[in-house]
Amino acid sequence: MDWKSESKKFVWIAAVFLGFFFLPAGVSRFDNAVTESLELTKWYAREHVLLCLIPAFFIAGGISVFVSQASVMKYLGARANKVLAYGVASVSGSVLAVCSCTVLPLFAGIYRMGAGLGPATAFLYSGPAINVLAIIMTARILGFEIGVARAVGAVAFSIIIGLLMHLIYRREESAKAVGQAVMPVPQVTRPLWQNAAYFASMVCILVFANWARSGDVRAVFLCCPGGLTAYKVEGTLLSRTAETVTIQDTTGKTRDVSAELMLGVEDVRKNAVYEWVYRLRWALVVALLAAFAYMASSWFSRSELREWLEATWGFAKQILPLLLVGVLISGFLLGQPGGGHEGVVPVKWIDAAVGGNSLQANLLASVAGAFMYFATLTEVPIVQGLMGAGMGKGPALALLLAGPALSLPNMLVIRSIMGTGKTVVYVSLVIVMATISGIVFGAFF
Amino acid sequence: MMKIQILGTGCPKCKKLAENAEAAAKDAGIEHEIVKVTDINEIMKFGVMMTPALVIDGQVKVVGKVPSPDEIRKWLA
Repeated sequence: MDWKSESKKFVWIAAVFLGFFFLPAGVSRFDNAVTESLELTKWYAREHVLLCLIPAFFIAGGISVFVSQASVMKYLGARANKVLAYGVASVSGSVLAVCSCTVLPLFAGIYRMGAGLGPATAFLYSGPAINVLAIIMTARILGFEIGVARAVGAVAFSIIIGLLMHLIYRREESAKAVGQAVMPVPQVTRPLWQNAAYFASMVCILVFANWARSGDVRAVFLCCPGGLTAYKVEGTLLSRTAETVTIQDTTGKTRDVSAELMLGVEDVRKNAVYEWVYRLRWALVVALLAAFAYMASSWFSRSELREWLEATWGFAKQILPLLLVGVLISGFLLGQPGGGHEGVVPVKWIDAAVGGNSLQANLLASVAGAFMYFATLTEVPIVQGLMGAGMGKGPALALLLAGPALSLPNMLVIRSIMGTGKTVVYVSLVIVMATISGIVFGAFF
Repeated sequence: MMKIQILGTGCPKCKKLAENAEAAAKDAGIEHEIVKVTDINEIMKFGVMMTPALVIDGQVKVVGKVPSPDEIRKWLA
């Protein structure tokens, strides 16, 4: 008998047994959290998988197969123009870092063999935040402004952080020996405009298929009695009594908000173009699908299409299970978004810690995000849960900017690449920058 | 004996590449040894910045993508 492996199994079985032995089933907070968790997952399954995640996987798969990564890398090589290198490094995450596991090797490569410390840190910071899947999910689930702010903030601050790192360590930079990188061989591909048209049609399909109905009214309410954070929900007013206001939001979900949390209900001014797009959305999607099918069949070879399908399936296989677990945990801990839903963690705590838009709330969100590990895309349901439980928009952005770029395990890898001193400086810069961008964003939205 | 090295920090693509290399080497019927290189500093020593990458007898054959077993067979000959 192999004692070591058997004892491991024993510990697992004992742990599961003890977990069930002391399971707080029947305690209302626990039972409620389980229901919240299941309902949140159901809502994701209904609202986000078919129209949003699946097209997003196809787009990400397409980028990883059809966009020539070699052509991007040449701007980040050792002999690259320095100014251009910062620009390319800050935006190339959208093309290069489709999978989060490629960020660190690329960072190490750019640092050791390519354009150097500045562009490498710029890439390291912006990469995880601006990959296509992250942007699409953030904009869809957390709201359009925060999705755009995440992408724009990541790009802008990555350049600042990269430049600061370069300035702080400029002496060492020049002394560093430059190794020669093996670049992937660029394949002969179709002209750029064909690639652009192809991706544009996919993105448009995604956008139009998800075009939300505009609501009739907008309700503004607080997360909890006397809370710091206010929400806006757009939808149709179903009923309004002295105790509760019932609103059906634009995704078809009914929400009851108690009157003590309500700040007001305002009418939504309708935009004619927006309404027309909503009415015609399926026609637009069908037309785009036809164009897309034509492009796919006439511009791409069969083997390319097979590779594309494989890459898409690869992303789905890798990300869906993680996301499912992330949503379940987030629902259990924090409940569904919107007033009146609570998970295991009391809403008051979250509101007190990261509600509103104070310096302390933003700083706490940045520090927590920097050390916590988020599996690919799970930051989205977690931040959604936190926002639903009272986190302000500023701290939410701060967490999104500090979170996926850093975690304790990846700090250790970064340290093995560039040493302790630079890592500490980098982590502090990220935390400071994320905090500042959170405060600025929170002040405006 | 042929030394086949798979460079990658352990993402699903690296596993796929290892499988393909194994399949290709078996198919070609050559004596071989497959080694996974996961340490990022070791990977850098090969001059590789996009993973996964395939190294055969010390020579970098492909970076940043997963070649099919058929493609790998050509390099094994």
